[in-house]
Formats: sequence, C-alpha cells, structure tokens
Amino acid sequence: MNLLTLAEMAATGMPGRIAVGPLREPDRAGGADPARLTYPQLLDGARAGASLLRDCAAAEVVYLGVNGPAFPLALLSAAWAGIPLVPLNYRLGHDQLAALLSHHPRALVISDVTPPTSARVISTREWRSACAKPAADMPLWQDDPEAVAALIYTSGTTSSPKAAVLRHRHLVSYLLGSVDFGAAGERDAMLVSVPPYHIAGVANLLSNVYVGRRVVYLEAFTPQEWLDCVRTQQISHALIVPTMLARMTEYLGDATDAGVPTLRSLAYGGARMPLPVLERALWLFPSVDFVNAYGLTETCSTIAILGPADHRLALAGDPLARRRLGSVGRLLPGVQAQVRGTGGALPASQPGDIYVRGPQVSGEYRDLGSQLDDEGWFATRDRGWIDADGYLFVEGRADDTIIRGGENIAPAEIEEVLLEHSAVADAAVVGVPDERWGQDIAAAVVLRPGRSADAEELRGWVRSRLRGSKTPGLIVFTDELPQTPTGKVLRREILASLVSRT
Amino acid sequence: MTDITVGTRLRSSVCDTEVITVRAPDVPVELSCGGYPMTAGSSRAGSSRSGADGGTLLGKRYVDEQTGLEVLCTKPGAGRLAADGRALTIKAPKALPASD
Repeated sequence: MNLLTLAEMAATGMPGRIAVGPLREPDRAGGADPARLTYPQLLDGARAGASLLRDCAAAEVVYLGVNGPAFPLALLSAAWAGIPLVPLNYRLGHDQLAALLSHHPRALVISDVTPPTSARVISTREWRSACAKPAADMPLWQDDPEAVAALIYTSGTTSSPKAAVLRHRHLVSYLLGSVDFGAAGERDAMLVSVPPYHIAGVANLLSNVYVGRRVVYLEAFTPQEWLDCVRTQQISHALIVPTMLARMTEYLGDATDAGVPTLRSLAYGGARMPLPVLERALWLFPSVDFVNAYGLTETCSTIAILGPADHRLALAGDPLARRRLGSVGRLLPGVQAQVRGTGGALPASQPGDIYVRGPQVSGEYRDLGSQLDDEGWFATRDRGWIDADGYLFVEGRADDTIIRGGENIAPAEIEEVLLEHSAVADAAVVGVPDERWGQDIAAAVVLRPGRSADAEELRGWVRSRLRGSKTPGLIVFTDELPQTPTGKVLRREILASLVSRT
Repeated sequence: MTDITVGTRLRSSVCDTEVITVRAPDVPVELSCGGYPMTAGSSRAGSSRSGADGGTLLGKRYVDEQTGLEVLCTKPGAGRLAADGRALTIKAPKALPASD
C-alpha cells in the first residue's frame, strides 16, 4: 500500500471536499492558479506532475517553496513517479543550502529563489501549470510499499542534519494507526503553521487528506494573523509549535478569552512547552481540546499523545494530572517504548535512554542505512522515563545531558525552574567544560520586557527549588535564544557563545 | 486459498469491492465477498449468493475476531465480506484526538 492508495480513497469517497485552500476561492486576477484543490484535483494534478518528473528523469523532488497547494502536489506527484520528496528550508543560508542540495544533483527543484544547485529548477508557478496539464498517458503508480516517500532532514540541533528515509509503508502505518478514513466533519478545517520541510508538515497533510479535513496554511505567523485566520476561515483544528503559543499568550495579555468560537482542537509539539505558557493558554482557550504530540522525524512524527482529558484534569488542579502536563502522554497503539540504562531495560519511573519500535518507526538515514537494532528498536537519543500508567516524560536530548561531577543533569529540569520566575521569558541550560567538575552548568536567560533580575537572584531561585549541584555556575543575559523555525533551541550555538566568554 | 499477508490486495469476484490487508490472519483463512472467494485478479464470477450481500463501505476496517485478519476497504461494493464463512465486522473507530 502506498500514499496514493489513501489519496485515491479520499478522491473517490469525498470528491466534493476541498483538500487544501481557503473557505472561498478568492478573485483570481491575472490568471493566478486556483488557491483551492479538491481531492480529485489533487490526484489528477499528481498524475500530471508525475508525468513531468518522468519526462525530465528526476531522481527526487526538492521542494524549496512555502506552504500552499504546490506542496501537496509535489508530495503526491513524487509518490506517483516512485521517487522521494525532499522538502528543504528555503530560509537556510547559501552555504548550508548548497551543502544539502549537493546531495541531490538529479532532482527537480521547485523554488521561487535561485538556489545554489546545478539541478533543474522550476518556479512554483511553473510547477502548478505542469500539474494542471492533463496527462492521460502517464501510467498508474506502482504500489511499492518499500519505495521512499520522503527524505526529511532532521533539525540538527546537536549534530549536523541527517536525511531520514521515510518509506511509504512507514507513513501508511502511521496514518492507519492514528486516524480513521473520512472521520472529519464536512466543515472541519485545520490551520497549519508548521513549515513544509518539517515532518509535522508532511504527516499533518497526509492525516488531513485521509480524514477529509480541509488544510489552510498560514504563511507567516503573527498572533494577530493567526487569530484573524481562525475566525475568517472558521478553523476547527490548529497545529502550532510552543513558541507560537508563547507569543500568542503574551499578545493576548490580560484578555479573558481568545475569542475563537469555531476552534475545537489545538495540537502542539516539536519542542518543549513551558508550563506557565500552557496553563495560561488553557485559560484563554477554555472550550478547546489541547493535544500534545511527541514524535521524531525518524518515527514519521507522532508516537505519543497527551490528550484533552489530561489537560482538563490538570487545569482543574488534580496534582497527578498537573505533573503529567509535563509529560508527552501515552504511546499510540502501534508503538512500543522502552527506557534503557547501561544494564538494559529499566523499571517504570527510572530515567534513561528512550527506545521505540513499531511499523511507523523508520530509524533509517540516507547513506547510513538502518539504525534499528536486531529487535527493531530505535534509539531516539532522547532521555526520559515512563510512569506506572504509561505516561512518557521526555527530559531532552541525550547529547544535551550535563554530567557534572559524575551526576547526570537534564537541562530541562533547570530550565523549567528558571521559567517559573516571573522575570524570565526564556531560558536554555547547557554544560560548559569545567576543570573541577568536568562540566559545569551555564544558563542563557532572556528577561521579559521591562523586568529585571540579576544572576545572583536567579541562582538563589534555582538553589531554593532544586539544589546546589543543579544551580548554574554561570548565568548570562541575552536578547533572544537561537532557535530553529519550529522553536527548538540551538544549543550548539548557545554553548559556543558561552564558551567564548569564559 | 490465497496467501494473505499485510499489504495483499484482494478483489471481489461478484462486485466492485476491493480491500487491502492491514493485519494478516493467525492461521490461513479464505476471504470471500458476496459468497465467493476474493482473488488478486479481476475476474467476475456473477452475482452474490443470497444472504451474502449487505455491502462494504469505503475506508472502513473489517475484522475477523477469530483469526485477527483485518482489511481496509479501498473500493466499496455490494457483497458482504466473510472469513471461512464468518461475516467480518466493522472495527470501531479510534478514540484518538487529532494530533497533527
């Protein structure tokens, strides 16, 4: 089974529904491409796009564009042609982009800028018009579950980016394991604010096609534009990253309600959500179901979910539920997880390295091959623990763990305490080389506008809530933390700047 | 008897029904639609046996509790699905919230 099997079901079963685009087709001046596509139009477009890919013997489709109808057309055209989609970040610097593109010399590159590549480049406009040409001579797709559907670069917060190999069977398993065909209401619509080169952008698109939910893209996030879009587009579901929710709660200030009556579900993930932000958001969106989704590029996105009931219990003050608000919830039905220490699998509630397995877990990188062990387990390189009821707590990347005088310290624990201080807007904790302790704890802190706190005050704050060995030896103040577009903190850069000052 | 493994596509020989296997059965089983064995080919044998109609629905998952066989209906039709004569039942929808 491949992704087109599922797209064809959507085209057959929900022929009148809009797959992607606004509530109403805008006036099209100057022969602009349609802003909306139905499922049958998406499938026909994929066939036409595949015909172009065949004619130019493309080995891959590199998508360097922004979110929009061209993106699902690229994903499904590539599937039809039996080649991978490679979505890349168009905001990368010239050298980084050139380095990534050098791995894809025989790709067709869809881009509205002039990317540093010798491969053939076409604009989004040209791509849309190629997909609009009838291509009845293009043969049907080969149903090959082993074919590679997408190569997605990991965010590379701790090491250089690697291309995760996602085969059709991985993505299909994810969809069949997590959503039901045609389950969305006819008027449901999802507002997507994650970029197309992120696994959540790919998985989300496919989920929505399979459940029959219209996708609306927000090109550039600002709190006001997001709120306006939810209202005018009658959005029922939204997907955001934690930094966006943080900006939204700041923007709404003392408001008592966000005023988005159609919104029923708000899913977040991609990075850690600071608890104070989440608690404020739960007040601002009282009738909305909050869902925390945890997953990795290598697992085709979501593998664990903290659902609406867990969020509500926490808001009502249930102490266990409040603790679990810091977890990523429970595993999807098809996914297993194991926490391992140096001696193997650990009992419940013991922190260690998180391993996962299941049919949606790829664990394969281009040029490196499969990284699964003999029993199919994938080392996520995240550290955490699973409580007695199966709630998974993620402390952070194993590579980020600070080892101070032999003690393993998760930066997240200290960051959470710093974020509880009313003057702190953002904080990142890293380990810096230290002659006495091996590593010492350093924190980069962003203060709220108009608020002040000095390093000694913050050190005292942490010491009184944790203990001396977890108190940062160094605290520096900065205007902002370097982040990926989805809100993951770039610790490499923070570490480099801190080391250069010591 | 057709070998049914995950991903096997089967067609009805009496109606438009097509399915894909999502979970293989624990023991070999004969999957029928409208009273006639489903096949990997596309030959039509005629109309359903009486009592073997009732139809299949697009996108529904059908299961045989006894062997664990689970199929996804990718094209609907008029015949009813059965495993060794036992009518398959529609699997209850998932209770998961929308996560992405």
